[in-house]
Amino acid sequence: MNQEIYAKLTEIIKPYLPEDVDAASIAKDSHLVNDLNINSTHLVDIVLDVEDAFDITIEDDELDNMETVAASIALIEQKSENK
Amino acid sequence: MQNTRVVVTGLGVCSPNGVGVPAFKEAIESGKSGIRFYSELEKLNFSCQIGGMPLISEAVKAKYFTPLQLRNFNAAGILYGVAAGMEAWTDAGLKIDEENCDFDSGTIFGVGTLGVDKYRESIYKVDEGNTRRLGSTSVQQTMSSGVSAYLGGMLGLGNLVTSNSSACSTGTEAILLAYERIKNGKATRMLAGSTSDGGPYVWCGFDALRILPSKYNANPTQASRPMASDASGFVPGSGAGALVLETLESAQKRGAKIYAEIIGGTSNSGGQRQEGSMTAPNSIAVKRCITDAVKDAQITAEEVDVINGHLTATSKDDLEIKNWSEALDRSGQEFPYINSLKGMTGHCLAASGSIECVASVLQLKYQFLFPNINLQQINPEILKVVSENRIPRGRMNLEFNILAKASFGFGDVNCCLIFKKI
Repeated sequence: MNQEIYAKLTEIIKPYLPEDVDAASIAKDSHLVNDLNINSTHLVDIVLDVEDAFDITIEDDELDNMETVAASIALIEQKSENK
Repeated sequence: MQNTRVVVTGLGVCSPNGVGVPAFKEAIESGKSGIRFYSELEKLNFSCQIGGMPLISEAVKAKYFTPLQLRNFNAAGILYGVAAGMEAWTDAGLKIDEENCDFDSGTIFGVGTLGVDKYRESIYKVDEGNTRRLGSTSVQQTMSSGVSAYLGGMLGLGNLVTSNSSACSTGTEAILLAYERIKNGKATRMLAGSTSDGGPYVWCGFDALRILPSKYNANPTQASRPMASDASGFVPGSGAGALVLETLESAQKRGAKIYAEIIGGTSNSGGQRQEGSMTAPNSIAVKRCITDAVKDAQITAEEVDVINGHLTATSKDDLEIKNWSEALDRSGQEFPYINSLKGMTGHCLAASGSIECVASVLQLKYQFLFPNINLQQINPEILKVVSENRIPRGRMNLEFNILAKASFGFGDVNCCLIFKKI
């Protein structure tokens, strides 16, 4: 797993965590909605933040690949390589 | 249910001349103006480059919103409304249940124009073909019911949660509607109030109508001159006011502090007939609104001690005074005391009624009248109807029982409420 992407992604996710979820609970296999309890409407904000941070564009049909931290990292890696 | 009495148990306010009830009370007692010059308006070639906007500190924002809620947040009206609404709720000594919703409590929180700056941000992105980059909160920040939706969630309200809109009578109407809902036994407690954005994209239409003063850009605090012979238009304002209304029974059971009782009120419209139009009031309807409110309160016109007028500082001020005089059949020395808050705050549009009701309730509770500021020379047409000493120009102590508050708005709509000391 790309540690650099992981660190950046964790910082992006942090502000969207509900107040009762600690940032330390963000793990590789965390499901953003089911495990981290992030309001699903905020997934579109996370996508925008990811796009800005990594200078990539995530298409609507790729959103399904961002459900977990690990899947998001894989998608970001793939997108960054194909830039 | 006919005998249900409705009282005010909480107040909150975001006014150009004071944020929070303690600062606001001090401001209105000392006649402090909240009107300032805005260089942005100058840059945009407005004739009127002054206005009233509440000064909200980061601390106030952080008190009511989470950092997540403040991300991409750009809706001043929601900020004002939430700050005023939450203050009122806390002031009433009410707790927030984080688990369950409260089906006995609701809100009617009115708006005129809401989320304009957020809308503008969105429109730019949409026109650039970038709709996908709007983010998740542009709907909730720009929908008319945005403010009641935010408050409903923050407070866990389970009764009616809605936003009314009737131009400059919105705030007074929200309180009337909430009062009626409690009176009818459909709610025990209602957060009633209203909010308005400010700034160029809200005020532009009024500037275009040439009804704002253009000669006071260098002396903003002197610009808003209700009832003055040299009144030259209303100064645009913004902000929010909020009142917690509940049954007397509920207030007493909780041991809540009670500010005042609402004993009646009414709203109507002149139908834009006779002398009424989209922008001008039909005096027949205005007078009827006042007499109906008095009747609804089951008092006589002689019992009205104080009027808090709409009185925006346009050429219509003398007509409003005439209407009050004819409706109550009182004039000269017999006319009630009358004041207008707009000298200090400007005309806060949809928020004016609720901010002014907060000021009215404070006057009743603490038995004083705030001064009419910027009133060197009273309009002679007004003096034909009312004795000069009924229009206080300095703060005064007054023992009184009944205050009538009215607001009027574009669309020829009227609303009048009767508050009583308790």
